[in-house]
Amino acid sequence: MIEAELSRSVARWCSGASGVTGAAKLSGGASQETWRFDIVHPDGPIGAILRRSPKGYGAAPTRAAGLAAEAQLMQLAYEGGVPSPRVMHVLVPEDDLGTGFIMQRVEGETIARKILRDDEYATARPLLARQIGGILAALHRLPRNRLPELRSRGATQEIAEFERDYRSLNWPKPVFELALRWLRDHDPGPAAETTLVHGDFRNGNLIIGADGVRAVLDWELAHLGDPMEDLGWVCVNSWRFGEIDKPVGGFGTRQELFAGYEAAGRKVDPARVKFWEVMGTLRWGIMCGGMMQRFREGPDHSMERAMIGRRASETEIDLLRLLVPRGS
Amino acid sequence: MQDEPTPIELTKAVADFLRNDIAPLISGHQAFKLRVAINILDLVTRQLTREEGSDANEVERLRALLGEDGSVMELNRALAERIAKGEIDLATPGLAEHLWATTMDKLAVDQPNYASYKRELERGG
Repeated sequence: MIEAELSRSVARWCSGASGVTGAAKLSGGASQETWRFDIVHPDGPIGAILRRSPKGYGAAPTRAAGLAAEAQLMQLAYEGGVPSPRVMHVLVPEDDLGTGFIMQRVEGETIARKILRDDEYATARPLLARQIGGILAALHRLPRNRLPELRSRGATQEIAEFERDYRSLNWPKPVFELALRWLRDHDPGPAAETTLVHGDFRNGNLIIGADGVRAVLDWELAHLGDPMEDLGWVCVNSWRFGEIDKPVGGFGTRQELFAGYEAAGRKVDPARVKFWEVMGTLRWGIMCGGMMQRFREGPDHSMERAMIGRRASETEIDLLRLLVPRGS
Repeated sequence: MQDEPTPIELTKAVADFLRNDIAPLISGHQAFKLRVAINILDLVTRQLTREEGSDANEVERLRALLGEDGSVMELNRALAERIAKGEIDLATPGLAEHLWATTMDKLAVDQPNYASYKRELERGG
Protein backbone atom coordinates (compact mmCIF):
# COMPACT_ATOMS: atom_id res chain seq x y z
CA MET A 1 0.00 0.00 0.00
CA ILE A 2 1.53 3.30 -1.11
CA GLU A 3 0.09 5.18 1.89
CA ALA A 4 2.46 3.37 4.25
CA GLU A 5 5.55 4.47 2.30
CA LEU A 6 4.17 7.99 1.87
CA SER A 7 3.44 8.25 5.62
CA ARG A 8 7.00 7.23 6.50
CA SER A 9 8.34 9.68 3.90
CA VAL A 10 6.36 12.78 4.98
CA ALA A 11 7.24 12.13 8.64
CA ARG A 12 10.91 12.67 7.70
CA TRP A 13 10.61 16.04 5.89
CA CYS A 14 7.26 17.64 6.79
CA SER A 15 7.42 18.86 10.36
CA GLY A 16 4.27 17.97 12.33
CA ALA A 17 2.97 15.53 9.70
CA SER A 18 1.50 12.39 11.21
CA GLY A 19 0.58 10.44 8.08
CA VAL A 20 -1.27 10.61 4.78
CA THR A 21 -4.81 9.86 3.63
CA GLY A 22 -6.76 9.57 0.41
CA ALA A 23 -3.97 8.34 -1.88
CA ALA A 24 -5.37 7.84 -5.39
CA LYS A 25 -3.66 7.28 -8.71
CA LEU A 26 -4.54 10.04 -11.18
CA SER A 27 -2.69 8.73 -14.21
CA GLY A 28 -0.04 6.23 -14.95
CA GLY A 29 1.74 4.48 -17.75
CA ALA A 30 4.27 1.72 -17.27
CA SER A 31 7.11 4.08 -16.40
CA GLN A 32 5.51 7.12 -14.78
CA GLU A 33 2.68 7.65 -12.32
CA THR A 34 0.89 10.61 -10.73
CA TRP A 35 -0.82 10.22 -7.33
CA ARG A 36 -2.82 12.64 -5.23
CA PHE A 37 -2.92 12.44 -1.42
CA ASP A 38 -3.36 14.58 1.69
CA ILE A 39 -0.74 15.02 4.36
CA VAL A 40 -2.31 14.81 7.84
CA HIS A 41 -1.11 17.85 9.74
CA PRO A 42 -2.21 19.60 12.99
CA ASP A 43 -2.80 22.85 10.99
CA GLY A 44 -5.15 21.03 8.63
CA PRO A 45 -4.63 18.67 5.65
CA ILE A 46 -2.01 19.61 3.05
CA GLY A 47 -2.92 18.66 -0.51
CA ALA A 48 -0.04 16.98 -2.30
CA ILE A 49 0.88 15.28 -5.58
CA LEU A 50 3.44 12.51 -6.12
CA ARG A 51 5.11 12.16 -9.53
CA ARG A 52 7.27 9.08 -9.74
CA SER A 53 8.78 6.30 -11.74
CA PRO A 54 8.09 3.14 -9.72
CA LYS A 55 11.04 1.07 -8.59
CA GLY A 56 12.71 -0.64 -11.53
CA TYR A 57 11.73 2.09 -14.01
CA GLY A 58 14.71 4.43 -13.73
CA ALA A 59 15.44 5.13 -17.37
CA ALA A 60 13.60 7.99 -18.99
CA PRO A 61 12.57 7.89 -22.66
CA THR A 62 15.06 9.68 -24.91
CA ARG A 63 13.12 12.93 -25.33
CA ALA A 64 12.18 13.25 -21.66
CA ALA A 65 14.16 15.44 -19.30
CA GLY A 66 13.66 13.03 -16.38
CA LEU A 67 11.84 13.53 -13.09
CA ALA A 68 14.82 14.99 -11.25
CA ALA A 69 15.16 17.70 -13.90
CA GLU A 70 11.39 18.26 -13.83
CA ALA A 71 11.48 18.87 -10.08
CA GLN A 72 14.34 21.30 -10.44
CA LEU A 73 12.59 23.18 -13.26
CA MET A 74 9.32 23.47 -11.34
CA GLN A 75 11.12 24.82 -8.31
CA LEU A 76 13.02 27.31 -10.48
CA ALA A 77 9.79 28.31 -12.22
CA TYR A 78 8.10 28.84 -8.85
CA GLU A 79 10.94 31.11 -7.76
CA GLY A 80 10.98 32.90 -11.14
CA GLY A 81 7.33 33.96 -10.95
CA VAL A 82 5.95 31.30 -13.34
CA PRO A 83 2.72 29.89 -11.82
CA SER A 84 3.95 26.55 -10.57
CA PRO A 85 3.38 24.17 -7.68
CA ARG A 86 6.00 24.32 -4.93
CA VAL A 87 8.18 21.22 -4.88
CA MET A 88 8.09 19.89 -1.32
CA HIS A 89 10.39 16.88 -1.53
CA VAL A 90 12.59 15.07 -4.04
CA LEU A 91 12.42 11.32 -3.43
CA VAL A 92 15.47 9.64 -1.89
CA PRO A 93 16.18 5.87 -1.71
CA GLU A 94 14.99 5.72 1.96
CA ASP A 95 11.50 6.73 0.79
CA ASP A 96 11.22 3.38 -1.00
CA LEU A 97 8.91 5.03 -3.55
CA GLY A 98 11.08 4.90 -6.67
CA THR A 99 12.39 8.12 -8.22
CA GLY A 100 10.46 11.36 -8.51
CA PHE A 101 9.16 14.15 -6.31
CA ILE A 102 6.28 15.39 -4.18
CA MET A 103 4.71 18.78 -4.82
CA GLN A 104 1.99 20.97 -3.45
CA ARG A 105 -1.42 20.27 -5.02
CA VAL A 106 -2.84 23.25 -6.90
CA GLU A 107 -6.64 23.24 -7.15
CA GLY A 108 -8.20 24.02 -10.51
CA GLU A 109 -9.09 22.50 -13.86
CA THR A 110 -6.82 20.93 -16.48
CA ILE A 111 -9.44 19.42 -18.81
CA ALA A 112 -9.30 21.68 -21.85
CA ARG A 113 -12.90 21.25 -22.95
CA LYS A 114 -14.21 22.20 -19.51
CA ILE A 115 -12.00 25.28 -19.39
CA LEU A 116 -13.32 26.31 -22.81
CA ARG A 117 -17.02 25.65 -22.07
CA ASP A 118 -17.81 25.92 -18.34
CA ASP A 119 -19.29 29.14 -16.91
CA GLU A 120 -16.82 29.03 -14.04
CA TYR A 121 -14.01 30.10 -16.38
CA ALA A 122 -16.02 32.61 -18.44
CA THR A 123 -14.31 35.66 -16.92
CA ALA A 124 -10.85 34.10 -17.09
CA ARG A 125 -11.06 32.93 -20.73
CA PRO A 126 -10.70 36.31 -22.51
CA LEU A 127 -7.64 37.11 -20.37
CA LEU A 128 -5.77 33.84 -20.87
CA ALA A 129 -4.06 34.44 -24.25
CA ARG A 130 -2.37 37.59 -22.99
CA GLN A 131 -1.59 36.04 -19.61
CA ILE A 132 0.02 33.05 -21.32
CA GLY A 133 2.25 35.48 -23.23
CA GLY A 134 3.48 36.93 -19.93
CA ILE A 135 4.03 33.49 -18.41
CA LEU A 136 6.04 32.29 -21.41
CA ALA A 137 8.19 35.44 -21.22
CA ALA A 138 8.95 34.69 -17.56
CA LEU A 139 9.66 31.05 -18.39
CA HIS A 140 12.08 32.00 -21.19
CA ARG A 141 13.87 34.33 -18.83
CA LEU A 142 14.71 31.66 -16.22
CA PRO A 143 18.47 31.80 -15.60
CA ARG A 144 20.41 29.45 -17.89
CA ASN A 145 23.12 28.86 -15.29
CA ARG A 146 20.63 27.39 -12.80
CA LEU A 147 18.93 24.97 -15.20
CA PRO A 148 19.47 21.21 -14.92
CA GLU A 149 21.22 19.45 -17.76
CA LEU A 150 18.84 19.41 -20.74
CA ARG A 151 19.04 18.29 -24.35
CA SER A 152 19.51 21.10 -26.84
CA ARG A 153 17.35 21.14 -29.98
CA GLY A 154 17.18 23.61 -32.83
CA ALA A 155 14.87 23.73 -35.82
CA THR A 156 17.21 21.86 -38.19
CA GLN A 157 17.68 18.92 -35.80
CA GLU A 158 13.96 18.73 -35.09
CA ILE A 159 13.10 18.53 -38.79
CA ALA A 160 15.59 15.66 -39.22
CA GLU A 161 14.25 13.86 -36.15
CA PHE A 162 10.61 14.12 -37.23
CA GLU A 163 11.51 13.00 -40.73
CA ARG A 164 13.17 9.90 -39.28
CA ASP A 165 10.16 9.21 -37.02
CA TYR A 166 7.78 9.63 -39.96
CA ARG A 167 9.82 7.36 -42.26
CA SER A 168 9.97 4.67 -39.58
CA LEU A 169 6.16 4.47 -39.69
CA ASN A 170 6.47 3.28 -43.32
CA TRP A 171 3.03 4.57 -44.31
CA PRO A 172 3.06 7.11 -47.14
CA LYS A 173 1.49 10.46 -46.29
CA PRO A 174 1.91 12.97 -49.11
CA VAL A 175 0.68 15.81 -46.84
CA PHE A 176 3.41 15.06 -44.29
CA GLU A 177 5.98 15.00 -47.12
CA LEU A 178 4.76 18.40 -48.23
CA ALA A 179 5.05 19.71 -44.66
CA LEU A 180 8.59 18.33 -44.34
CA ARG A 181 9.54 20.12 -47.59
CA TRP A 182 7.99 23.34 -46.35
CA LEU A 183 9.83 23.07 -43.04
CA ARG A 184 13.19 22.48 -44.76
CA ASP A 185 12.53 25.41 -47.10
CA HIS A 186 11.56 27.68 -44.19
CA ASP A 187 14.10 26.47 -41.62
CA PRO A 188 14.92 29.69 -39.73
CA GLY A 189 18.26 28.29 -38.51
CA PRO A 190 19.60 28.78 -35.01
CA ALA A 191 17.65 31.16 -32.78
CA ALA A 192 19.15 34.56 -31.98
CA GLU A 193 18.93 33.54 -28.34
CA THR A 194 18.77 30.03 -26.90
CA THR A 195 16.55 29.72 -23.82
CA LEU A 196 14.73 27.15 -21.75
CA VAL A 197 11.80 25.80 -23.82
CA HIS A 198 8.95 24.12 -21.93
CA GLY A 199 8.25 21.83 -24.90
CA ASP A 200 4.62 20.96 -24.11
CA PHE A 201 3.06 24.28 -23.07
CA ARG A 202 -0.59 24.02 -24.18
CA ASN A 203 -4.20 23.95 -23.12
CA GLY A 204 -4.44 20.66 -21.21
CA ASN A 205 -1.13 21.08 -19.39
CA LEU A 206 -2.21 24.18 -17.45
CA ILE A 207 -4.17 24.33 -14.21
CA ILE A 208 -6.78 27.04 -14.69
CA GLY A 209 -8.98 28.67 -12.08
CA ALA A 210 -11.58 31.42 -12.23
CA ASP A 211 -8.65 33.83 -11.81
CA GLY A 212 -6.58 32.48 -14.72
CA VAL A 213 -3.50 30.25 -14.97
CA ARG A 214 -2.57 28.76 -11.60
CA ALA A 215 0.14 26.32 -12.62
CA VAL A 216 2.18 25.15 -15.58
CA LEU A 217 2.52 21.34 -15.61
CA ASP A 218 4.25 18.56 -17.54
CA TRP A 219 7.81 19.76 -17.90
CA GLU A 220 9.07 16.41 -19.13
CA LEU A 221 9.79 17.67 -22.67
CA ALA A 222 11.72 20.74 -21.47
CA HIS A 223 14.90 21.46 -23.43
CA LEU A 224 17.13 24.28 -24.61
CA GLY A 225 16.16 25.85 -27.91
CA ASP A 226 14.26 28.58 -29.73
CA PRO A 227 11.83 30.30 -27.34
CA MET A 228 9.43 30.84 -30.29
CA GLU A 229 8.82 27.06 -30.25
CA ASP A 230 6.59 27.41 -27.16
CA LEU A 231 4.60 30.24 -28.79
CA GLY A 232 4.04 28.13 -31.91
CA TRP A 233 3.09 24.94 -30.01
CA VAL A 234 0.45 26.67 -27.88
CA CYS A 235 -1.23 27.75 -31.18
CA VAL A 236 -1.38 24.28 -32.78
CA ASN A 237 -4.99 23.64 -33.79
CA SER A 238 -5.14 20.31 -31.94
CA TRP A 239 -4.98 22.29 -28.65
CA ARG A 240 -7.86 24.62 -29.55
CA PHE A 241 -10.38 21.84 -28.94
CA GLY A 242 -12.87 23.07 -31.51
CA GLU A 243 -12.43 26.82 -30.92
CA ILE A 244 -10.53 27.06 -34.18
CA ASP A 245 -10.78 30.83 -34.57
CA LYS A 246 -8.92 31.40 -31.29
CA PRO A 247 -5.41 30.15 -32.02
CA VAL A 248 -4.02 30.41 -28.50
CA GLY A 249 -5.41 27.26 -26.91
CA GLY A 250 -8.95 28.22 -27.94
CA PHE A 251 -8.70 31.24 -25.61
CA GLY A 252 -7.70 34.17 -27.80
CA THR A 253 -5.66 35.68 -30.59
CA ARG A 254 -1.98 35.60 -31.51
CA GLN A 255 -1.98 39.40 -31.13
CA GLU A 256 -2.98 39.04 -27.47
CA LEU A 257 -0.35 36.34 -26.90
CA PHE A 258 2.36 38.45 -28.55
CA ALA A 259 1.27 41.59 -26.65
CA GLY A 260 1.52 39.76 -23.32
CA TYR A 261 4.95 38.42 -24.26
CA GLU A 262 6.28 41.79 -25.37
CA ALA A 263 4.75 43.66 -22.41
CA ALA A 264 6.92 41.41 -20.26
CA GLY A 265 9.97 42.69 -22.10
CA ARG A 266 10.70 39.98 -24.66
CA LYS A 267 10.51 40.13 -28.46
CA VAL A 268 8.33 37.98 -30.71
CA ASP A 269 9.40 36.77 -34.17
CA PRO A 270 6.04 35.95 -35.85
CA ALA A 271 7.66 34.12 -38.80
CA ARG A 272 9.44 31.77 -36.39
CA VAL A 273 6.20 31.28 -34.42
CA LYS A 274 4.46 30.23 -37.67
CA PHE A 275 7.33 27.86 -38.48
CA TRP A 276 6.97 26.19 -35.07
CA GLU A 277 3.19 25.99 -35.41
CA VAL A 278 3.61 24.04 -38.66
CA MET A 279 6.32 21.92 -37.01
CA GLY A 280 4.08 21.32 -33.99
CA THR A 281 1.13 20.28 -36.13
CA LEU A 282 3.32 17.75 -37.96
CA ARG A 283 4.82 16.66 -34.62
CA TRP A 284 1.40 15.76 -33.21
CA GLY A 285 0.49 13.99 -36.45
CA ILE A 286 3.62 11.85 -36.29
CA MET A 287 2.97 11.15 -32.61
CA CYS A 288 -0.49 9.86 -33.57
CA GLY A 289 1.23 7.52 -36.02
CA GLY A 290 3.60 6.41 -33.27
CA MET A 291 0.67 5.54 -31.00
CA MET A 292 -0.78 3.45 -33.80
CA GLN A 293 2.53 1.62 -34.13
CA ARG A 294 2.66 0.88 -30.40
CA PHE A 295 -0.93 -0.35 -30.56
CA ARG A 296 0.01 -2.73 -33.36
CA GLU A 297 3.33 -3.98 -32.03
CA GLY A 298 3.40 -3.30 -28.31
CA PRO A 299 1.73 -4.42 -25.14
CA ASP A 300 -0.82 -1.58 -25.15
CA HIS A 301 -3.50 -3.09 -27.36
CA SER A 302 -6.12 -0.60 -26.19
CA MET A 303 -8.93 0.81 -28.31
CA GLU A 304 -8.01 4.37 -27.26
CA ARG A 305 -4.51 4.00 -28.61
CA ALA A 306 -5.84 2.49 -31.82
CA MET A 307 -8.19 5.43 -32.32
CA ILE A 308 -5.43 8.00 -31.79
CA GLY A 309 -3.87 6.57 -34.96
CA ARG A 310 -6.97 7.73 -36.79
CA ARG A 311 -6.40 11.29 -35.57
CA ALA A 312 -3.32 11.82 -37.77
CA SER A 313 -5.69 12.99 -40.53
CA GLU A 314 -6.76 15.89 -38.29
CA THR A 315 -3.23 17.22 -38.49
CA GLU A 316 -3.23 16.68 -42.26
CA ILE A 317 -6.22 18.98 -42.74
CA ASP A 318 -4.64 21.49 -40.34
CA LEU A 319 -1.36 21.38 -42.27
CA LEU A 320 -3.26 22.00 -45.51
CA ARG A 321 -5.08 24.92 -43.87
CA LEU A 322 -1.70 26.37 -42.87
CA LEU A 323 0.26 25.68 -46.07
CA VAL A 324 -2.35 25.55 -48.88
CA PRO A 325 -5.37 27.51 -47.65
CA ARG A 326 -8.25 27.17 -50.10
CA GLY A 327 -9.43 30.24 -51.92
CA SER A 328 -5.88 31.61 -51.80
CA MET B 1 -19.64 -13.82 -53.48
CA GLN B 2 -20.61 -13.76 -49.81
CA ASP B 3 -24.19 -13.64 -48.62
CA GLU B 4 -26.15 -10.88 -46.93
CA PRO B 5 -26.37 -8.96 -44.65
CA THR B 6 -23.33 -6.96 -45.74
CA PRO B 7 -20.47 -6.11 -43.38
CA ILE B 8 -21.80 -2.56 -43.22
CA GLU B 9 -25.21 -3.76 -42.07
CA LEU B 10 -23.74 -6.21 -39.55
CA THR B 11 -21.34 -3.67 -38.02
CA LYS B 12 -24.07 -1.08 -37.78
CA ALA B 13 -26.37 -3.56 -36.03
CA VAL B 14 -23.71 -4.22 -33.35
CA ALA B 15 -23.01 -0.49 -32.89
CA ASP B 16 -26.71 0.27 -32.50
CA PHE B 17 -27.17 -2.55 -29.98
CA LEU B 18 -24.26 -1.28 -27.84
CA ARG B 19 -25.44 2.33 -28.12
CA ASN B 20 -29.13 1.77 -27.41
CA ASP B 21 -29.23 -1.28 -25.12
CA ILE B 22 -25.89 -1.51 -23.31
CA ALA B 23 -24.63 2.07 -22.90
CA PRO B 24 -27.53 3.10 -20.59
CA LEU B 25 -26.61 0.26 -18.20
CA ILE B 26 -22.93 1.18 -17.76
CA SER B 27 -21.16 4.01 -15.95
CA GLY B 28 -17.69 5.30 -15.10
CA HIS B 29 -14.55 4.20 -16.89
CA GLN B 30 -16.28 1.24 -18.55
CA ALA B 31 -18.83 3.66 -20.04
CA PHE B 32 -15.97 5.71 -21.46
CA LYS B 33 -14.42 2.57 -22.96
CA LEU B 34 -17.78 1.58 -24.41
CA ARG B 35 -18.12 4.97 -26.09
CA VAL B 36 -14.69 4.46 -27.67
CA ALA B 37 -15.79 1.02 -28.87
CA ILE B 38 -18.97 2.43 -30.42
CA ASN B 39 -16.94 5.19 -32.08
CA ILE B 40 -14.70 2.53 -33.60
CA LEU B 41 -17.64 0.60 -35.02
CA ASP B 42 -19.11 3.82 -36.43
CA LEU B 43 -15.76 4.61 -38.05
CA VAL B 44 -15.60 1.13 -39.58
CA THR B 45 -19.13 1.56 -40.93
CA ARG B 46 -18.21 4.91 -42.50
CA GLN B 47 -15.08 3.43 -44.06
CA LEU B 48 -16.89 0.39 -45.46
CA THR B 49 -19.52 2.72 -46.92
CA ARG B 50 -17.17 5.26 -48.51
CA GLU B 51 -13.79 3.63 -49.14
CA GLU B 52 -14.48 2.03 -52.51
CA GLY B 53 -15.66 5.25 -54.09
CA SER B 54 -13.06 7.53 -52.51
CA ASP B 55 -10.18 5.17 -53.36
CA ALA B 56 -11.32 4.98 -57.00
CA ASN B 57 -11.39 8.79 -57.24
CA GLU B 58 -8.03 9.02 -55.50
CA VAL B 59 -6.43 6.53 -57.89
CA GLU B 60 -7.82 8.44 -60.87
CA ARG B 61 -6.33 11.73 -59.61
CA LEU B 62 -3.01 10.07 -58.79
CA ARG B 63 -2.74 8.50 -62.26
CA ALA B 64 -3.26 11.91 -63.85
CA LEU B 65 -0.80 13.57 -61.48
CA LEU B 66 1.95 10.95 -61.76
CA GLY B 67 1.41 9.61 -65.26
CA GLU B 68 1.67 6.04 -64.00
CA ASP B 69 -0.59 3.23 -62.81
CA GLY B 70 -0.74 1.12 -59.66
CA SER B 71 -2.70 0.37 -56.50
CA VAL B 72 -3.79 3.22 -54.25
CA MET B 73 -0.92 2.34 -51.87
CA GLU B 74 1.70 2.15 -54.64
CA LEU B 75 0.58 5.45 -56.11
CA ASN B 76 0.61 7.15 -52.71
CA ARG B 77 4.13 5.86 -52.14
CA ALA B 78 5.17 7.22 -55.52
CA LEU B 79 3.63 10.63 -54.81
CA ALA B 80 5.26 10.78 -51.37
CA GLU B 81 8.68 10.01 -52.90
CA ARG B 82 8.29 12.59 -55.64
CA ILE B 83 7.27 15.31 -53.17
CA ALA B 84 10.25 14.36 -50.98
CA LYS B 85 12.60 14.67 -53.97
CA GLY B 86 11.09 18.01 -54.95
CA GLU B 87 9.91 16.68 -58.34
CA ILE B 88 6.31 17.55 -57.48
CA ASP B 89 5.37 20.59 -55.44
CA LEU B 90 2.54 23.07 -55.00
CA ALA B 91 3.38 24.61 -58.38
CA THR B 92 2.44 21.27 -59.99
CA PRO B 93 -1.09 21.61 -61.44
CA GLY B 94 -3.54 19.43 -59.55
CA LEU B 95 -1.44 18.67 -56.47
CA ALA B 96 -3.21 21.06 -54.07
CA GLU B 97 -6.65 19.95 -55.31
CA HIS B 98 -5.65 16.30 -54.97
CA LEU B 99 -4.34 16.65 -51.42
CA TRP B 100 -7.42 18.59 -50.36
CA ALA B 101 -9.84 16.06 -51.89
CA THR B 102 -7.96 13.10 -50.39
CA THR B 103 -7.75 14.68 -46.95
CA MET B 104 -11.44 15.59 -46.94
CA ASP B 105 -12.26 11.96 -47.80
CA LYS B 106 -10.10 10.78 -44.87
CA LEU B 107 -11.73 13.14 -42.39
CA ALA B 108 -15.20 12.06 -43.56
CA VAL B 109 -14.28 8.61 -42.22
CA ASP B 110 -11.93 9.40 -39.32
CA GLN B 111 -13.35 12.52 -37.62
CA PRO B 112 -16.41 14.01 -39.32
CA ASN B 113 -16.96 16.23 -36.27
CA TYR B 114 -13.50 17.79 -36.34
CA ALA B 115 -13.99 21.57 -36.43
CA SER B 116 -11.50 22.25 -39.24
CA TYR B 117 -13.26 19.65 -41.40
CA LYS B 118 -16.70 21.08 -40.74
CA ARG B 119 -15.41 24.55 -41.62
CA GLU B 120 -13.95 23.32 -44.90
CA LEU B 121 -17.16 21.44 -45.75
CA GLU B 122 -19.07 24.72 -45.36
CA ARG B 123 -16.63 26.28 -47.84
CA GLY B 124 -17.79 23.82 -50.45
CA GLY B 125 -16.59 20.29 -49.70
